[in-house]
Amino acid sequence: MSQADMTMASHVHHHPPGMVEGLPPFTVPAKKMAMWLFIIADAATFAGCLVAYGFLRNGSANWPRPFESMTNAILMTFILLTSSLTMLLGVRAAKAADRSGAFRWTMITMVLGVIFALLHIREWLELIDRGMTLSHNPWGTSLFGSVFFSITGLHLLHVTGGVIALLVIGLSWKAGHRTAEDIEVAGLYWHFVDLVWMFVVPFVYLLNMAH
Amino acid sequence: MDAPDVHPGSPEAKYTDRVGKYYAIYVCLLILAALQFYIASLHLDTSAAFERMLLVAIVEAGIAVMFFMHLWAEKRSWFLFVVIFMVAVMGGLQYGWTDSNRMETGAPYAQPKPGVVQP
Repeated sequence: MSQADMTMASHVHHHPPGMVEGLPPFTVPAKKMAMWLFIIADAATFAGCLVAYGFLRNGSANWPRPFESMTNAILMTFILLTSSLTMLLGVRAAKAADRSGAFRWTMITMVLGVIFALLHIREWLELIDRGMTLSHNPWGTSLFGSVFFSITGLHLLHVTGGVIALLVIGLSWKAGHRTAEDIEVAGLYWHFVDLVWMFVVPFVYLLNMAH
Repeated sequence: MDAPDVHPGSPEAKYTDRVGKYYAIYVCLLILAALQFYIASLHLDTSAAFERMLLVAIVEAGIAVMFFMHLWAEKRSWFLFVVIFMVAVMGGLQYGWTDSNRMETGAPYAQPKPGVVQP
């Protein structure tokens, strides 16, 4: 062993007082921390989109109010909130080592996400049928279409990604290739998707209800 | 039921607490969401409706983050990091709303000052 190796070896086993080897920062596991950091960044993205929407809305003299019924928004909100509950129950089951229960709740969450996405697409098709596009609509400023489809489309993209992730993680959990932490991290993402919807509904839908 | 991969004294042990608590929080979120729709049904002025809806949305988000995402169960330093960082970022972004209002109302500097010769 060279002098350099002996020096390195002595440094490897020497810790300053109070230092504990191996603990992650804040004692949050790496996967969970990565997901939290992603959530913070993504929250800033959505906040930026909503702020830009507010800026455009404030600056437009003829901002349209095309939504005549709350029914679809109510239904979509209920489904997404319920999917958050089922995801929570899935995480709880995973932490309690209930393999079949965690898989069942994860799949229920995924199905609710699919239903939400289908309702969303159906709403889009109805608006398109009424003459709304990215650059034109029959009610007011042309900015409305681009803002609406951008914000709701970005959220729908997140829902779709979450559905795919839940399917993959759920199936691999059932096969025994995942830990409870993986279910928990997927749950964090899904709750974030629901959290964003809590801001999208009032600002994009409810503030644009027809009087 | 105890989770075999969770130390009883760790924050994650709180993930396996009573399921009734989760249902209660779920009902709270449903009530807050219903409140949003009720505010919309009042047909208030846009700014009045926005203020009320924003407040309800922040409360909803706070409950979801604290209990559904279990941030309250994490180590206090991580909790503070997330909260302070988010508040700072969101606070900075919210300047966009106030700045758009400033440009709309012309106070200050969005409109030309009387008596000032424009280039």
